[in-house]
Amino acid sequence: MNEEILHPVMNMKWRYFKQRLFFGAVRLSAFVITFALLGILAYILANGFRAITWEFLTQPPTDSMTKGGIMPAIVGTLYLTVGAILVAMPLGVVSAIFLTEYAKQGALIRIIRIGVNCLAGVPSVVFGLFGLGFFVVFLKFGSSILAGALTLGILILPTIIGAAEEAIKAVPQTFREASLALGVSKWNTIFRIVLPSALPGILTGAILGVGRAAGETAPIMFTAAAFFTAVLPKSIFDEVMALPYHIYVLATAGTHIEETRPLQYGTVLVLIALVLGIDLIAIIMRSTLRRNKRW
Amino acid sequence: MKNRKHSLTKHAKEIAIRNLFGFFAFLSVLLLGLILVFLFREGLPLFKQISVVDFLFGTAWYPTYDPPEYGIWPLIVGSLAITFFACLIAVPLGLLSAVYIAEIAPAGIKEILKSIIELLAGLPSVVLGFFGMVIVGPWLQETFDLPTGLNIINAAVMLAIMAIPTISSISEDALYAVPREFKEASYALGATKYETIIRVIIPAALSGVSTAVILGMARAIGETMVVLMVAGGAAAIPEGIFDAVRPMTASIAAEMGEAPFRSGHYHALFATGIVLFMITLAFNLIADYISNRFRETGSGTL
Repeated sequence: MNEEILHPVMNMKWRYFKQRLFFGAVRLSAFVITFALLGILAYILANGFRAITWEFLTQPPTDSMTKGGIMPAIVGTLYLTVGAILVAMPLGVVSAIFLTEYAKQGALIRIIRIGVNCLAGVPSVVFGLFGLGFFVVFLKFGSSILAGALTLGILILPTIIGAAEEAIKAVPQTFREASLALGVSKWNTIFRIVLPSALPGILTGAILGVGRAAGETAPIMFTAAAFFTAVLPKSIFDEVMALPYHIYVLATAGTHIEETRPLQYGTVLVLIALVLGIDLIAIIMRSTLRRNKRW
Repeated sequence: MKNRKHSLTKHAKEIAIRNLFGFFAFLSVLLLGLILVFLFREGLPLFKQISVVDFLFGTAWYPTYDPPEYGIWPLIVGSLAITFFACLIAVPLGLLSAVYIAEIAPAGIKEILKSIIELLAGLPSVVLGFFGMVIVGPWLQETFDLPTGLNIINAAVMLAIMAIPTISSISEDALYAVPREFKEASYALGATKYETIIRVIIPAALSGVSTAVILGMARAIGETMVVLMVAGGAAAIPEGIFDAVRPMTASIAAEMGEAPFRSGHYHALFATGIVLFMITLAFNLIADYISNRFRETGSGTL
């Protein structure tokens, strides 16, 4: 302390030096994160693009999965993801409406919030165990699209609730007041006024949920994913191949791991393009939404 | 009279809708309970064979031997070791990047960096696992002359990439929530920007930042595909950061496919799931408690 008073000029230099050091570290961290993402993407892209052909995208695997394409896995992932969003969307939006429009501060809402937060924190492999114990074994769905989609749907439920809540909260209170003042019932106000205004935000959340569901592996390992199927699923009680699980299988199982590397890179690239493409759409949608806000 | 009746049914309808929506909102809590019920249903039969203490602290995990041994202590240590090192990397990077976004970066860079972090959060874990396997693993093996590049440090680095977005985005919200007056007062007293950030803004946002770190840790400990693919899979207590380990999540994911239905092994994997569920539940409840207990309600509270 004494020194600070005795040498004010030296002291200022030292203080600014510390600041520069700190700012340097802060910028470095931002750089490292950016580099990590771009590095991974560039590497996958550089190694994966050669594998991407029309056949790769439209043919099933052949020669015990050392050649051929990944079409069944793409289709399987689409089924699982669409199923998951069909489960999570209605539940999530209704939950969000209750939490924002109906619930008053109190024990119940507190419990629901803690429940949603904790559900968001459950490890994905535990969702897999639950799906196995409940949907596959107890409800006897077997390893199937239905069981996998339900498991994934529960997994993304907190994401959907969170996004829908944000979107509904962003609708100005004056909209509701104007509607209620005209004698419109609360339900009609929500359905005709609040929800349409919040819809783009809700959809953004849903898209992010889709991206999340498409990339998950652990929850579908015991509930839906098949090592290999030559034919496409015919009903929701069939097993399916899925892109993330296919990557895991090719990269870790079997005797042809090195030989199938190009296929692995190709599959990773397709999955990344799908997931990050979906995320990018959501991000762009949200930023245009913010810019064009009418209120 | 007719009108009155109409408004009565209308009122009844409103209440019915309210209750219905309430039920669906409560479903999240029910699902949490249901998860617990089914983990217990499939996991508890194990404890007819061995005691809880032997299960948790037994040092031998040989589920397929005869007689089998179901001690998950090596798996717990594996999970904790990887999580610890992942946090060592992810906490500084996540926190510093949050400071950069919230306090220092120009508007344009800020938006780009936020998008980058969001995309990083969106990277499927199996992709990171794959990357760790084909790039980081061989590189580690060659550089440090190791028997295998699939080990604690590899898994920690890949997990850190997964935990950074969680830590960064929650910390950033917390930093934004610090009232302007705090900053202005600090500048008015002649503090530099660095001193303001370190001594005023971060302490004021501490509850949010701690929540971020805890949730980041919970994310890391529960992550499956990365550790399944790059942690090496050895169910032994590690002695160094270059040892291979088999975290709980990896053990469940790798073995569930082979474990005969409702065998001791199957029950043991569900019981491991219970342990995992309890750990992450505790982390989330602590995070919830901190963020509620120390919520900044206005510029007057600190």
